[in-house]
Parts: sequence; C-alpha cells; structure tokens
Amino acid sequence: MKRIIRSMASEQDISLVLCGEAGQGIQTVEQLLTRILKLSGYYVFATKEYMSRVRGGSNSTQIRVSSKPVQAPIARIDVLIPLDKEAIEHVSTHLDKHTIIIGDQERLNSGKNVIDVSFLKMAQEIGKSIYGNIIAVGLLSGLLDGEFEIGKHFIKSYFTEKNKEELVEDNIRAFERGYQEAHRLIKEEQIDSKYFLNLKKNSKVKNNLLLNGAEAVGLGAIAGGCNFISSYPMSPSTGVLIFLAQQAHNFNIIAEQAEDEISAINMALGAWYAGARAMVTTSGGGFDLMTEGLSLAGMLESPLVIHLAQRPGPATGLPTRTEQGDLHLALFAGHGEFPRVILAPASIEDAYQLTQKAFYWADQYQIPVFVLTDQYFMDSYYNIDKLEVPKGEIVRCIIKTDSDYQRYNLKVKNGISPRGIPGFGEGLVRVDSDEHDERGLITEDSQIRKSMVEKRNSKEYYLKKEALSPVLVGSSDYRVLCVGWGSTYHIIKEALERLDKPDITLLHFQQVYPISEESINYLHRAEQIVVIENNYSGQFSQLLERQTGITVDTRILKYDGLPFYADELAQEIKDVLEGKGDQK
Amino acid sequence: MKKSIDFHKQDIKPAWCPGCGNFLILKALQQALVELSLIPQQVVVVSGIGQAAKTPQYLNVHMFNGLHGRALPPATAIKACNPQLTVIAEGGDGDMYGEGGNHFLHTIRRNPDITHLVHNNMVYGLTKGQASPTSEPGFQTPVQVDGVISDPFNPLALAISLDASFVARVFCGNLEHTVEIFKQAIKHPGYALVDIFQPCVTFNRVNTFKWFQENTYVLQDHDPYDRNKAFARAIERDRLPLGIFYQNKQKKTFEQKLSVHKDQKTTFLFRTINRDKLGDLIKKRQY
Repeated sequence: MKRIIRSMASEQDISLVLCGEAGQGIQTVEQLLTRILKLSGYYVFATKEYMSRVRGGSNSTQIRVSSKPVQAPIARIDVLIPLDKEAIEHVSTHLDKHTIIIGDQERLNSGKNVIDVSFLKMAQEIGKSIYGNIIAVGLLSGLLDGEFEIGKHFIKSYFTEKNKEELVEDNIRAFERGYQEAHRLIKEEQIDSKYFLNLKKNSKVKNNLLLNGAEAVGLGAIAGGCNFISSYPMSPSTGVLIFLAQQAHNFNIIAEQAEDEISAINMALGAWYAGARAMVTTSGGGFDLMTEGLSLAGMLESPLVIHLAQRPGPATGLPTRTEQGDLHLALFAGHGEFPRVILAPASIEDAYQLTQKAFYWADQYQIPVFVLTDQYFMDSYYNIDKLEVPKGEIVRCIIKTDSDYQRYNLKVKNGISPRGIPGFGEGLVRVDSDEHDERGLITEDSQIRKSMVEKRNSKEYYLKKEALSPVLVGSSDYRVLCVGWGSTYHIIKEALERLDKPDITLLHFQQVYPISEESINYLHRAEQIVVIENNYSGQFSQLLERQTGITVDTRILKYDGLPFYADELAQEIKDVLEGKGDQK
Repeated sequence: MKKSIDFHKQDIKPAWCPGCGNFLILKALQQALVELSLIPQQVVVVSGIGQAAKTPQYLNVHMFNGLHGRALPPATAIKACNPQLTVIAEGGDGDMYGEGGNHFLHTIRRNPDITHLVHNNMVYGLTKGQASPTSEPGFQTPVQVDGVISDPFNPLALAISLDASFVARVFCGNLEHTVEIFKQAIKHPGYALVDIFQPCVTFNRVNTFKWFQENTYVLQDHDPYDRNKAFARAIERDRLPLGIFYQNKQKKTFEQKLSVHKDQKTTFLFRTINRDKLGDLIKKRQY
C-alpha cells in the first residue's frame, strides 16, 4: 500500500509527534532530531506536553519541520511515532485518515493501520532496548533527508558531552539502523518519499540558534547582569534556576535554592540592597508565598526581577501544563499601592531582550519588574537567527553616598531617590518596611506619609510613558483587530496567516502593564476587537477595558491546560467572525 | 588619641515602654560595636517587625528593616554579596522563632557569618500581650485564656542539634556579660545565635527582671566545644544557664563555600559581565 504525507501539497511543513511514557527518552529524541534537522538546513519547532510524573503516563513531543520559519504548535499530526500502547489513544483526537503511524505493530496492538518497524527487535540486536529511541531518530532523519554525517557527528558529541562515551558507538549504530530502515520504507514504497523531499534545505539555517523559553530568560538574565538568583523549585519555572545554576561558575552568579519562596524573595531583596542584581523564578503557588515580599519591594523601593512562569491553578492545578491565568495575580499581588511593570515575552528573542530590560527598569525605577511566561513558552523552541551580546557595560543606577545621604530624599524628579549601597561611600543606607522619613527611619507623620505615597506612585506616570508599544502584524487598514499577549504571539500570527484575510490584523502586547498610550489608538480604530487568551476569564481583555475604556467584543479563550494550536485557532477565529463560535 | 565612634542615634526617641529590656540590649550592642572598633559604615543591622526589631532605628548603622519573621534571608544574602560587611540580624522571639522559624533552621544549615540576636521576653509586645513560642506553659493571656498549652520552644537545644557554629544565651540585666558575649558572637566566623532574656514590663508579669535574676546563672567550667554537654546544658529547666553553650570553629561559612568569592575579591557592585563567555554560550545553541 502506498501512502503519502498529504500535507506537503498545501502545508509546507511536516508535523511529527512522538508519544510514550515518561522515562522512555522522548526528550532525547526531541533534542537530537531537532538539532540534526536544523544542522541539515531545516526550520524546526518543538514543544512538549507531559504529565506530572517522572515515570509512566503519556507524554508527547511535537516537532514541526519546514522550509520556512515555524514557531507554533498545530493540532494536525502527519507522522506519529507511538512508543507504547497508550500513545495512539493519547493523541487520538488529533489523528485523521492521513496520519501515518510508524511503530512496532506487535507491541502496539492497535486497530489502526501502522507501518511496522520493529524498533525493539532492532535495538536488542544492537545491544539494549533503549536504543529504540535513537533508531527512531535515524528513521525520521532518513525520511526527512537529514544529513547522515551530521547526524552521526552530532550523536557522538551529544553522548560524549554527557560523559557517556561508552554509549557512542552503539548509538551511532542505532542511528544508522534507523536511517537504513527509512530507506527500506521508501524503497518498498510503504512511504512516498517525494513529499518529504519537497522540504527545501537552506544552508543559512545551519547557524541558527535553538533554545527554549527557559534558556532565553536565563541568557537574558545573564546579559542583564544578573548575579544572584534565589528560588524554590517549582514547575514550570525551575528551568531558569537550573540554567543559571549551571552557569554560576562561568558568570559568578550566586544561585541559592532557598528553603521556601518567602526566603527566596527576601534574599533577593537583600542581594539588591548589597549591590547585586537579583532575580527569583517561580510559578503560581510559589509566587503566592512571595507576595508579602513583593509588597516589601514596593515599600523599600528596591529593584527586583520576578520571573513568573504560569501554570493552571488554582492551588496545585495542573503542575506541568500551561495557562495565562496569573496575569491578575501579578497585577494585583501585594498589599498597599506601589508601581510595577509586567513584561510578557512574545518570542524567544523577546524573552532574551525583555529579561535584560527587566533588570534595567528595576534598577532605574527601583521597582519590581515581572517577566511573565508560561509552561508552553518555557518548553518550546524554534530556529532563531541570533541573539546580540550587549555592547557596553551595564549601567548601574547607584550613587556613592555622602555622610549626609538620605535614602528616600523627597527632593527628586520622577520619584526616584538615588540608591546607595552599604559600604560604598560615607553615608548610611537605611531601608524600612515601615513608613519612613527621608532618612529611612520609622515615622507616623501624616504629611511625610502623604509625600512618600506620592513619591512611590509617581513613577507610574514615567513608566507609562516608557511602556513598550504593542506589535501590529498585518495591514494597518484593518476592520477586525485580534489582540494577544505573551506566549501566544506566533500561534495567533500563524492562525491569521492561514486565514489570509486582509482586514484582520494582530495587535500583540509584550508589555501588559502598564500599557502604552499608543495602544489605545490602535484599539479605537478597530470595528471589532477579538481578544485571544489562554485563560477562562479573559484577564487581559479586562485589563484593556479598565485601562482604555474600550469594549472588547469577542473573546477566544482556552483553559484546558494546553496551548492554542495555530490550525485550530484559525478555524475558531473564522467561526467567531462568522458568528458561529461560542463567544463569551 | 583615637576618636571614639558613636553608634548611638540621638535624634530619634525609642518607642519602647520605660523600663523595657530593649534599652539595655541597645546599650549593650552599641558598646560591643565600639569595643570591637567597628565603624558605622561597616555594620548592617537587618531586622524583622516587633518591638525588638525596632532596635536598628536607634542605632547609627546601615539598616534593612524588612518583614516580620524574615530578617535572616536578607541578612544571609547581604553577607553573601558583600562579605566585608558586619551583618547582624535582630528581632524578637515571635519574629525569629515563630513567624521566621523555617528560616532559623535553614540559616543554621547555611552557616553565613552573621550574628543573630533574638530578644526573648516570652511574650508578644507589639501586638499587646499574646503568648510567644517561648512562653511558659500555663502563661495566661487574652488569647491563651486557659494558659499556654504548648511546650515552649527551646532555641538553644535546636541550634545545638543542628550544629550551629555559635550558640549563647544572655540576660540583658547582666550588661557586662551581655556586651562580652555580643562581642564574641560578632567576632565568631560563622552563624552566631545569642538568645537574650529580657523582661517585658508591660505584658509579662511572670518573667520579670527579678524572675530572670533568680532563675538564671552564668555557666562556669563549661567546655563549649563539647556538643553533647552543650545540649545537656541547653535543656536544663530549673535554673537557666547563661553564656556560650556551644561553639564549632571548624565549619566553613556560607560565603567561603560560594564559588563567587574564590577568584574575584571585588564586591558585587563593581562586577561586570563576561561578554566573551556570553557570546560563546549563545553560540553553543547552534548545536
């Protein structure tokens, strides 16, 4: 029977899904395959969804391979590699009659039509059953015409770097075996190769970078001068802590795993006080514990960078899944009134730039700045061209103190009293969680209280002026404006490309608070506003309505713990515009 | 002659009740700092919230007055980022042993070179007279109407059990002894706990100045390097010993163990990013 990858005619890309239990090494396949294909000259995108367990369950990784940039997940599956019995069932809603399933027919015991490749038997012939994964890497590389020598070379360096030299030889054999198997399938016409071969390679892509959201935030922190991170592990925020801990020796970073999130945020404030540039990384419940510390940052007028990677709540919720449900939390957390900034990276490049910006604004304005991401963003990656190393030295917003130094000097512009550091200069640096006078000493004088409240909150005016404008993608002569924020950028962008309607444009926010004045003009010009968010209550649309006075006509909301898929979302946008969708 | 440095902040009047033990603790700390020849610019006092935690307001030093229960984490971080500073964390029994209990445990494990001064009057002052973790069983308050029914927290026994590197107790009524122990605690290279008995003249009518005089004594002929003996003394209840219970000079401090101070001696403030290494790290993402 001759079968084809049906999508190539219209779709320009192949969507591969690997699915199996935790512990079966799907991540290794993803790591190796994406890198081999990228080095071979393809654009790749990868994302994963996984259960909150270390072994067992059903986890899957989607890899899109394309001749042009791909940066978003889709529902469609062209090729499925099921690694255990449950895999086919796990992704069944995304399968259609065109999906090719390649697997161990005998072990899968599936009613579906499966192209039989006995991974297990081949792996055992090489030595161990775990080599099945690498055979899959070889098979898929072979089908997609990945460069054989590049693959072999990459596998060698991958296992050498992991200090598993003894495994190099067998893994290369497994890769070769998979590659041969691909050629057998093509030769025997079980799979039609010409559709795969429609993918065009581009030698320029070879030097592209592949990094996920967690690494981008971590690199941005280093580039922003971060030299102190204190945090408590919590999915999906831990990747940033791990990244910075791994780089601690190279970049002189103190990476401390605190006893709890309360300690973590208070340590970070102590670090800024002593002259460091500190951050915390956390998620929902962990951030809940930090909110008193956030309020302390507001009162001390201390800089602070908070990376908040959202996951679905309330309470423990879905620990390993995604949602944009904590915008209101970041916006309203902490008692009392004080200014803050919330940045929500829209892309990998953005995460690198905005995390640097977060350090700069935190230091300059002496305020807490959020970098708000989510599980989907943390765990996804795609080709990017480059990341620039900052040109000059970090500009520190610190003064050498005189003997009459007053930390909370009221005779300043913009509400920013110059920040001194203990031991740098003759002055004494007093910071106080109680309401305080200009010296930083406790006071209950109502005139001083009033002045201090005004000083702290006057920064908001300047922050608003500096706020980043949202990105407009599409014609400026639009009728419908789709609005998104944060990690959904590339998904909505692809959905609109698929719809290809000249009167629908995307307005995407990577700064969600405060929002720029300019964004109001964009919104007012739209006949219909459709806000697209990964949450139940439309938190950003509420924020927009409050801040701008506009009315949001339509909301497309998803809160099942999974990201939007570009192809599904395109259909959904079409439906709501035609009045067919279930609008909120 | 060397000009003596004054740690007394004269232009602000303490908010404590007349006769409060805090006045003596403030005085003892000022004297200890002077006798150690420190200068105000070298000293950071980190505090939480409570009557005791107001102490740095009345001292001529750097001050980080943070949240209730949370003095130890910032104190640890300040010392880690600038080991040149003398860092003291100060607060009351509710602040340090109640609200901040978890930080107490884990700060001992880290062993930063900081001094931990805990004013222990066995009652809550700022919130007006409720029981504290160290209140004696039976102690009646507007909240504990039948008297305290939980066992009192024993900070010294706990600290010794975790091999805290310096564990002492003083009674502020014995000023000379208090100054001496404060000095030793500040000089000690590592985490140093000083539990400070003090009367609360307003809310604790049981553990009064006289009660502390009658129920405490200064340790004599005690070997502070013997952990088992130290523990035995720490759980004595009939009369409460004062002095240095335990000391372990073998332990490395948190700052010494951090890699960040191994090659570079400059404080964090003046450090720069290694841009070449950052470029290399980014480039690595090509593979």
